[in-house]
Amino acid sequence: METATLNNTSPKSNFKSEEYFINMGPQHPATHGVLRLLLTIDGEIIKKVEPDLGYIHRSIEKMCEKDSYQQIVHLTDRMDYLSSHINNEAVCLAVENALELEVPERVQVIRTILGELTRLSSHMLWWGVMGMDVGALTTYFYGFRDREMINDIFEETCGARLTMNYNIPGGLMHDIHPNFVKRVKEFIAHFKTKLPEYDRLLTGNVIFQKRTKGVGILSKEDAINFGASGPVARASGYSCDVRKYHPYSALDKVNFKEALDTAGDSFARYTVRIREMWESLSIIEQLIDNIPEGEHKVATNAVIKLPKGDFYQKVETARGELGVYIISTGTKNPHRVKFRSPGLSNLSLLNHIAVGGKIGDLVATMATIDIVVPDIDR
Amino acid sequence: MSYFSEIYDGIKTLLTGMSVTGKYFLNSRKGAITQQYPDNRDTLQMFDRFRGEVVMPHDENNEHSCTGCQKCELACPNGSIEIIWDRVVDEETGKKKKIIDQHIYHLGMCTQCGLCVDACPSDAIKWAQNFENSVYDRTQLTRVLNKPGSKVRAGVEE
Repeated sequence: METATLNNTSPKSNFKSEEYFINMGPQHPATHGVLRLLLTIDGEIIKKVEPDLGYIHRSIEKMCEKDSYQQIVHLTDRMDYLSSHINNEAVCLAVENALELEVPERVQVIRTILGELTRLSSHMLWWGVMGMDVGALTTYFYGFRDREMINDIFEETCGARLTMNYNIPGGLMHDIHPNFVKRVKEFIAHFKTKLPEYDRLLTGNVIFQKRTKGVGILSKEDAINFGASGPVARASGYSCDVRKYHPYSALDKVNFKEALDTAGDSFARYTVRIREMWESLSIIEQLIDNIPEGEHKVATNAVIKLPKGDFYQKVETARGELGVYIISTGTKNPHRVKFRSPGLSNLSLLNHIAVGGKIGDLVATMATIDIVVPDIDR
Repeated sequence: MSYFSEIYDGIKTLLTGMSVTGKYFLNSRKGAITQQYPDNRDTLQMFDRFRGEVVMPHDENNEHSCTGCQKCELACPNGSIEIIWDRVVDEETGKKKKIIDQHIYHLGMCTQCGLCVDACPSDAIKWAQNFENSVYDRTQLTRVLNKPGSKVRAGVEE
């Protein structure tokens, strides 16, 4: 009986094209965390990408409802852990705006410097991992080597390397460390010699350009329709930098150019981030020499009660626009907190830009979208 | 023709990249950031502000400065601090006074956010820089911060 079925299968039908499912993740190094992608593929051509979320859901929004406004801040460290300082700043700005609290100029300048340092460290890690995803392991070590200097600055001033929790509503937890200015200047001088090396090592490489140019093209219309933000949207020509359009802290006092590109492919997203690193360096340089004197915080009540109403604050993290929406009923806990995270909207366009490409291109596209899974899941 | 120019470009950019890596290959010691942990335990110096674990410093008379005001317990977002307190009659003034019996710190639940140390009005608790917290049993992570027989330093309340 079995031989009969075998004979019925003609050799030709073995090569019949057939779509099949394959799992990518949740324990896959290229997904940068616990993200599961359900791929429908035909040979190696991708027909459909379905992200499956929820593996690292910690219900941060719900936990915020039982916490006081000071305690919410430390939870946002755990969302987009690569730009934790900017996340903290978003919550603090929302609470300060609701209280109509004016923070000293010194606090604003320090917050901006630390925010740009965070963006730099996030982009460095992204650059290292980006190289690794397309097969160049060396970039990983170079990215982490330069990031170590920023981590040391954070550790000395904030007390932690990743989950800083340095901002509090009303200012900063401590004043900056006496070595802070010296170390930041050392870092700028160091990194200005290293950033051109990044270009020589990876950007100009023909293999890298072939892997990224013309891959994962996102048009400007689609970027707007999918709610993309950050470098992903700016690489498609959609000018959306929150730092430019809704400046917060000391960002209205500095001159910087918004990195824009029109190609919309993986290579454009790569070059936009490299140019953003140069801009961040320039912002830090403009501010580091004239940090105004003054207090590092203004006194708030031990129990902060926001007035009744809803409050929204958006900031530009390393990945795009982070929105914090707080609904208050006038008690010491928020009634509802909603985080509009950049990662979720940027991930939503993955299916759109990866279809028709190869599996290897999907990895490169995901790397340039720069997903951080705890930010997507919260 | 483009076939050969692509080969040329490939080799050229490869050599450009390898000139960067080759430079570091020859000067591998310079600018190395790798720390030889755990071999460098004796010389490893953490930053002063590094948040490792919460401790309560005691002076030579076995006295601490915790008044039992419970501000740290209220500030903690995840219930890592529990204070068991009591009221005793002060012998000199005859008033009832709050003293701590046990200041319990659950290191296993602590997220090192720093809000408790920031909230403490008498600087009774502070951060230690120890980060080697591995234990065989998680009950060992629950610590009583005040030493047995310790009492609050005179004059802290004022």
